[in-house]
Amino acid sequence: MSGQGEAWFDDAAGPLVRPYAVTGGRTRTDNFGLDLITLVVALPSVAEAAGMAPEYAKIVRLCQRPMSVAEVAARIDLPLPVVKVLLSDLIEQNYVIYRSAAPATDTPNKHVLQAVLDGIRKL
Amino acid sequence: MASGNSEHRRSLTATAVKLLIAGGFGVGKTTMVGSVSEVPPLRTEEVLTSASEGVDDLSGVERKTTTTVALDFGRITINPELILYLFGTPGQDRFWFMWDELAQGALGAVVLADTRRLESCFPAVDFFERRGLPFVVGVNCFDGAYRYGTEEVRAALDVDMSVPLLLCDARDKESTKQVLVTLIQHVMVNAELAASG
Ligand SMILES: Nc1nc2c(ncn2[C@@H]2O[C@H](COP(=O)(O)OP(=O)(O)O)[C@@H](O)[C@H]2O)c(=O)[nH]1
Ligand SMILES: [Mg+2]
Repeated sequence: MSGQGEAWFDDAAGPLVRPYAVTGGRTRTDNFGLDLITLVVALPSVAEAAGMAPEYAKIVRLCQRPMSVAEVAARIDLPLPVVKVLLSDLIEQNYVIYRSAAPATDTPNKHVLQAVLDGIRKL
Repeated sequence: MASGNSEHRRSLTATAVKLLIAGGFGVGKTTMVGSVSEVPPLRTEEVLTSASEGVDDLSGVERKTTTTVALDFGRITINPELILYLFGTPGQDRFWFMWDELAQGALGAVVLADTRRLESCFPAVDFFERRGLPFVVGVNCFDGAYRYGTEEVRAALDVDMSVPLLLCDARDKESTKQVLVTLIQHVMVNAELAASG
């Protein structure tokens, strides 16, 4: 788990430089169409994250359970575009798997709506 | 805690859905999210970089402007396979690019209205009408504000009779639940109408 991940960073510059340099702001979109509620989950365990570069390790530790891209960004306190790039790197290396929400063109699924309705009533 | 590779076969079968809470600045969007979220409202930042008008006279280099928009949202785990996110929309109209991203794939929206300044929710009503995203109007009853009847508010907002409109208190969990239940039922009716052509 170590090695490869670390090579992504320039030690002197620190882990935050690369995402900004790569993305140049919002112009580079990630390769996976990650959006706010795309769910992600890490494959390595917390222990296995120890050898990874800090920002990647943080994400892996956080994503032991499924959560949305927006949630990852909020919990590690980095802007969304940066988190999308970091997640893309992890997906490319098979450290994270993701699942997109249903296509926007679909009419919402009846069973999903019923489950949401029941869930809200139970709160 | 024991370490190891036990979790290597992790899979991802859960899906996520979202609802939007819209309305003017200070109308109670974050309060409403927080009243039902299982975690205190989370906050993240979207960044938009765009070339600004004109060129820097001295350097000839195009100037870039960066706009940062803060988003508040909450989470409700409906069941292990279904997670509901509630997003508050940015309060200012100049963040339209963010509205598009938020509305993409949303099930529906709540437009919160404050009777002391009803006009602040007009842009949200217009936006959801144009996009065809089902919405309900929640009239947030601030203390000391004159309580209009729902039909007076409906007339002022000029929303269709088919759009549910109800009084609420964004601080109150049961009241927020009532608004969200009304919204989901409205979304279901819309989906059925769409299916029956
Ligand atoms: N009296 C009353 N105050 C409210 C209600 N909803 C929100 N507030 C208050 O109004 C202020 C603005 O609410 P906030 O949720 O931050 O608004 P936002 O800008 O739309 O997210 C806060 O101080 C809330 O406590 C309500 O239903 N009744
Ligand atoms: Mg707010």
